[in-house]
Amino acid sequence: MAEKKSYTLAVNKKTFTVKDYPMARLLDVLREHVGLTGTKEGCGEGECGACSVLIDGRLVNSCLVPLAQVEHAEIRTIEGLANGKTLHPIQDAFIGWGGAQCGICTPGMVMATVALLEHKKSPTDDDIKTALAGNICRCTGYTKIIDAVHAAADKMKGMP
Amino acid sequence: MTEQLIGKPTRRKEGVGKVTGACKYIDDDLVPGCLHGVTVRSKCARGRIKKIEFSGNLPWDEFVIVTAKDIPGSNVVALILEDQPYLADEFINHPDEAVVLLAHADKYLLELAREAVIIHVDELPGVFTIDDSLAKKDIVWGKDNVFKSIEIDKGNVDSVWSSAYKVIEGTFTTGAQEQLYIEPNGVTAWFEGDVVNVKGSLQCPYYVHKALKKLFDKDADHIRVIQAETGGGFGGKEEYPSVISGHAALLAMKAKKPVKIIYDRAEDMECTTKRHPSKTILKTAVDKNGKLLAQDIKFYLDGGAYATLSAVVLSRGAIHSAGPYDCPNVRIRAKALATNTPPHGAFRGFGAPQSIFGLENHLDEVAEAIGLAPDEFRRRNFIKKGASTATSQVIREDVDMEQILDRALKVSDYKALHAKYSNQDPKSRIRRGIGFATFMHGAGFTGSGERMLASRVAVEAGTNGIVHILSSSTEIGQGTNTIFCQLAADALELPFEQFEVAQPDTAKVPDSGPTVASRTVMVVGRLVQNSCLDLKKKLQESGLLSASYSASDFTKACKAYVERYGTLRGDAEYIQPPEVNWDDVKYYGDAYATYAWATYVAEVSVDLDTYYVTVENFVAVQEAGHIVNPILAAGQIEGGVAQAIGYAVYENCVYKNGHLTNGRMTNYIVPTTVDTPPIKVEFIEKDAPYGPGRGAKGIGELPMDGGAPAIANALRQALGKTIASIPTLPEVIFKYCQRMS
Repeated sequence: MAEKKSYTLAVNKKTFTVKDYPMARLLDVLREHVGLTGTKEGCGEGECGACSVLIDGRLVNSCLVPLAQVEHAEIRTIEGLANGKTLHPIQDAFIGWGGAQCGICTPGMVMATVALLEHKKSPTDDDIKTALAGNICRCTGYTKIIDAVHAAADKMKGMP
Repeated sequence: MTEQLIGKPTRRKEGVGKVTGACKYIDDDLVPGCLHGVTVRSKCARGRIKKIEFSGNLPWDEFVIVTAKDIPGSNVVALILEDQPYLADEFINHPDEAVVLLAHADKYLLELAREAVIIHVDELPGVFTIDDSLAKKDIVWGKDNVFKSIEIDKGNVDSVWSSAYKVIEGTFTTGAQEQLYIEPNGVTAWFEGDVVNVKGSLQCPYYVHKALKKLFDKDADHIRVIQAETGGGFGGKEEYPSVISGHAALLAMKAKKPVKIIYDRAEDMECTTKRHPSKTILKTAVDKNGKLLAQDIKFYLDGGAYATLSAVVLSRGAIHSAGPYDCPNVRIRAKALATNTPPHGAFRGFGAPQSIFGLENHLDEVAEAIGLAPDEFRRRNFIKKGASTATSQVIREDVDMEQILDRALKVSDYKALHAKYSNQDPKSRIRRGIGFATFMHGAGFTGSGERMLASRVAVEAGTNGIVHILSSSTEIGQGTNTIFCQLAADALELPFEQFEVAQPDTAKVPDSGPTVASRTVMVVGRLVQNSCLDLKKKLQESGLLSASYSASDFTKACKAYVERYGTLRGDAEYIQPPEVNWDDVKYYGDAYATYAWATYVAEVSVDLDTYYVTVENFVAVQEAGHIVNPILAAGQIEGGVAQAIGYAVYENCVYKNGHLTNGRMTNYIVPTTVDTPPIKVEFIEKDAPYGPGRGAKGIGELPMDGGAPAIANALRQALGKTIASIPTLPEVIFKYCQRMS
């Protein structure tokens, strides 16, 4: 078995040094070393998207990413979105439009929406469905999630 | 006077915690010094345990090891029948049955150890299908493999067959379905002195409480069960948490440290309960005007190896099997049968989706056989006020199934699409169809269940005027927290923000019954309002609050009351309305206080090159009294419909000798965004006799019932065939199409 090693990574614009195996899952590193438990495990094999985070702006399943691959990378998690008590427009829209029910898929769903809306300001229903196809929600039937993404997109258009 | 909140899309109470990741689910609770626990399970389906071997070169003395011999009380999961052991002692009755528990601080070492425990078994033959169990191929449970039999009789079906215009028969089957909540089962257990504490992802704190009392042979005060934020349940966290909680608590007892058990996805799928597979055999007689004369229904459920909740799942399934129709002669014979698979259990709909799939599919066949359009056939038979159901329950409410049907057909443009798809190009490789189902779903516990539960709710206000709602009804995504605060706010005419829902904790909240059976709003919601009124009465009788008051008057009154008298509390207990009467022996009378009524329409396409079924559009129209929160209610319907689409089209549990072989999200397919069609939801609102405000009925389970038969009926139009079993995987459709040509 490989030795544990120190790695430096940037999570939500803060720098952390963690010591773990090179193949430790980013998901566990975030939850257990960095203490950010907002990123959830739903399946552990990259199917459900509950563990979605952004690495250098790209959406990934953190259960499939080894620690060794993210040294010096910029990682964004659900905890990095709100500005103090002010919710990110996507978070606010998910509450207002009923896009969150049990909430366990919500952090991943919100991060997938961030990835979409940072690249596409006025997504169609099909754009949204494709962008969120890797995130499984068992509660909502997705209708209200799609409503929330449209509402967030509208709100974010006027923003820098 | 504050604004009335019933009917408003009030924002989800715990919404901010959920969208920011701040809500703590059980695996997010990082408990210092906590050991990890795992379960060692049987590989074979049935046999006698010879020996348990701790093999390999592992430091076994470092592990906490629990077997059946360590159990201080009774080795049974207390629920209905006490047949299921916490840990198999002598006999194995299904694959993946728990035999040994292990705990250790290092979860990697623990996985190696789990593999190194070898359970030596003398294998016995198993039974794996409803037909083999019914035929008593082997007796694997009790005297005859039957967990429960139900007989419902109305009139005399045998007097009708010979004189009927037509008698139509059909047989329908459904597969198991995994709840697939995105958060797997998990709990943490610890001891405080001699008090057993459990915190976990669960629907019914008092079910776990009851089970642990028996397991540890302790009184109520020595067991404490707390619900953590719960990432979905759908019934899958109704009875199973009693098992995993007991396991974690046994390890904690022996370790003298906290122990956490979190299942990974595969263990959760392979070992925990699923929707019961079913078989429904229907025989229906009609006269030449298309009036129902007799319904003869046989309904079977595969319960798996232990009884768990099968008796009550069977009950709901049987009662719903004759549908919302006025038929003078009905005979229902239902059995829940034992097989050597892991026990099946609660899943949204609780037996009704199975029997309604058979019935609504069959009724389209009957309509076709007598040359009536499916909607016209149903119009001639809908139940109305004053008529009676299969259990001879006289409907006292002003139900209007025709209005619901008309609305659903209009919203879905059914007539035009049905005509269009009746004339589609026979050479087209894409076939289309539209179909519907009309159905009802009983709200609350079946029969005398609510009377026996006698649920309780309390509210407490402190000196700051904040009112805490104390109830064991859990928030599992469906919106309990929000709805309860809306209802309480309306009862006390105070702002929403003045209310908090206490965390369900058996040391602090009264027993409001389990969070199941579409009962939370109708039954417990009403109690929330009554407990608020009790609190108000106390304030007013003490002279501290006048008849009309502002929020600040209320706060002042609370402060004065608490300072003068101590705790300010309002209580409420459920009292069965005197007109609701049920005979549990004859299965006769008011099976439910009330029903929600619905028509669901599905539009499908089938690709004749890939045999892939796509649900293109879906319409769900229902009457469920007054809607308390339109966004949450629509969310319940949309989510339930998506699960029903999965049930009908995608979700296939593959078993080999009782073991689930596709226990992964990779090969158990649930609908994603791209598989889920637009779902149009409408509520026809009406005053209802029960529930809070001007009446609200349960809607949690309703949307699971109509999807599968509506899709099957749409496939009937697309393919010209009855699709008698689900899921309709491409290989299934391929076989039907081969038979077509």
